[in-house]
Amino acid sequence: MGYIAVARPWGWPCDGLRLKMSIGNPDGMVLYLHNQIIQGLRDRKRAALARAVTLVENGSEHAGHILEEAYKLRGRGKVIGITGSPGVGKSTLVDSLIGAIRERGHSVGVIAVDPSSPFTGGAILGDRVRVRSRTTDDEVFFRSLASRGYLGGLSRHTGDIITLFDAFGFDYILVETVGAGQSEVDIMRYAHSVLVVMAPGLGDDIQAIKAGILEIGDVFCVNKADHPDADRAVAVLEAMLGLNREWQWKPPVLKTVASQGKGVVELLDKIDEHSEFLKQNGLLEERIARSYIAALEDNIRRDTVDYILAKARADGSLDGALKQLSEGKTYPAAVAKDLIRQHLCLEAKIDE
Amino acid sequence: MDRKIRVLVGKPGLDGHDRGAKVIARSFRDAGMEVIYSGLHRTPEELARMAVEEDVDVVACSILSGAHNTLLPKVVECLKKEKGAEELDVLVLAGGIIPAEDVEFLKANGVDEVFGPGTNTQDIVEYTKANLKR
Ligand SMILES: Nc1nc2c(ncn2[C@@H]2O[C@H](COP(=O)(O)OP(=O)(O)O)[C@@H](O)[C@H]2O)c(=O)[nH]1
Ligand SMILES: [Mg+2]
Repeated sequence: MGYIAVARPWGWPCDGLRLKMSIGNPDGMVLYLHNQIIQGLRDRKRAALARAVTLVENGSEHAGHILEEAYKLRGRGKVIGITGSPGVGKSTLVDSLIGAIRERGHSVGVIAVDPSSPFTGGAILGDRVRVRSRTTDDEVFFRSLASRGYLGGLSRHTGDIITLFDAFGFDYILVETVGAGQSEVDIMRYAHSVLVVMAPGLGDDIQAIKAGILEIGDVFCVNKADHPDADRAVAVLEAMLGLNREWQWKPPVLKTVASQGKGVVELLDKIDEHSEFLKQNGLLEERIARSYIAALEDNIRRDTVDYILAKARADGSLDGALKQLSEGKTYPAAVAKDLIRQHLCLEAKIDE
Repeated sequence: MDRKIRVLVGKPGLDGHDRGAKVIARSFRDAGMEVIYSGLHRTPEELARMAVEEDVDVVACSILSGAHNTLLPKVVECLKKEKGAEELDVLVLAGGIIPAEDVEFLKANGVDEVFGPGTNTQDIVEYTKANLKR
């Protein structure tokens, strides 16, 4: 059917209840909707990409079909993760990087992830405040995402959304994420190159030592280099990197003043150099494989958790387990193993 | 299925005051919505582009400059152009200092509702939830 969508070619229905009720043949509509979105991705219609992201993010029934096609369409985009503490200037840097990338005639998609409120599920996504130039440039696309309570601060659908951007055909895909909790490690699983941003005067020594930070960065950037402590921060960082281990790729440390666009061309050069290094050494495939593993992990974890809890709710075994727990007769890890065995019909041992 | 209401809180035009915009942004967030804040001094073209890319259900503009009669119809026009559709699937709201005698004109030009100064933010949230277009 799909006559509603024909009448409003780019005003697709979402998954709202309202629309479901107004459409006589939801199945016909489902087919029509995702086919139209896939065609829209091929034709590089930005409204199609925008709606595809929404459907994937919402776990819509259309998402599977769209992703299946998107994984076939995906191209050669460089996926650059950008992480660092709040306020170091990541969004400002993204703004200048967009400019530098466009100066070279390349296209760029940006995904900016901010945390959702754990209490209300709402979020204020403010990265656009600092990304002011090239808002209406046709070769730039910017999407703000809320983490939606997913552990690690990245949205649980980040991997799939990167693929949608790649299917659209951007040369660069920048993913900005707040460097808190697990998100640095998370972005490392999805990006080809990781840019770690720091700033002087924000306790840089402490940050440099922060567990794992030296291992995840492919390029380091001390932003706010207009600050007098910048050189010291660079020195500290370089010393720590030197001590760290033998590098196949020694991560460079750059200085930028994002708010004035200073050092940004050099930064983009280093990012490109890292991409080239990955390609020359056959490491890009490794990184891409890593992102598949990440996507599989995320999906398996999510689906099995949902499945087991739904089953356990339905047959009352969850209530039973909760009662036993509250009476102190067992402990959570044991209950979890029981539920897994019971509902996934597992004979296999589950490791401690 | 985990549908979230997404709202663009936009500041079109030249006025440099975003207290009102931030208050309403927080109210939407506290009601569980995802709010994209545009930052100050945005053109109608920029706001329409953001609304499409962010795929929002609601565009809420805050204007204190007095230029609402030119800016708001322009926002609606740009939205239609960006979406390639005469009928919008986004709810367009306006707030700020807008005199009662301008409301009719704005509504005739595609603004769905106008909230004057002193409107209870909870009323705006309730109105929004009840009047989504998709
Ligand atoms: N002095 C100085 N301020 C900067 C620089 N880059 C960004 N800022 C400011 O730092 C603040 C935080 O920037 P933002 O990009 O939002 O940081 P994010 O939270 O890491 O995304 C803003 O007020 C920026 O204007 C810089 O190079 N020098
Ligand atoms: Mg930011």
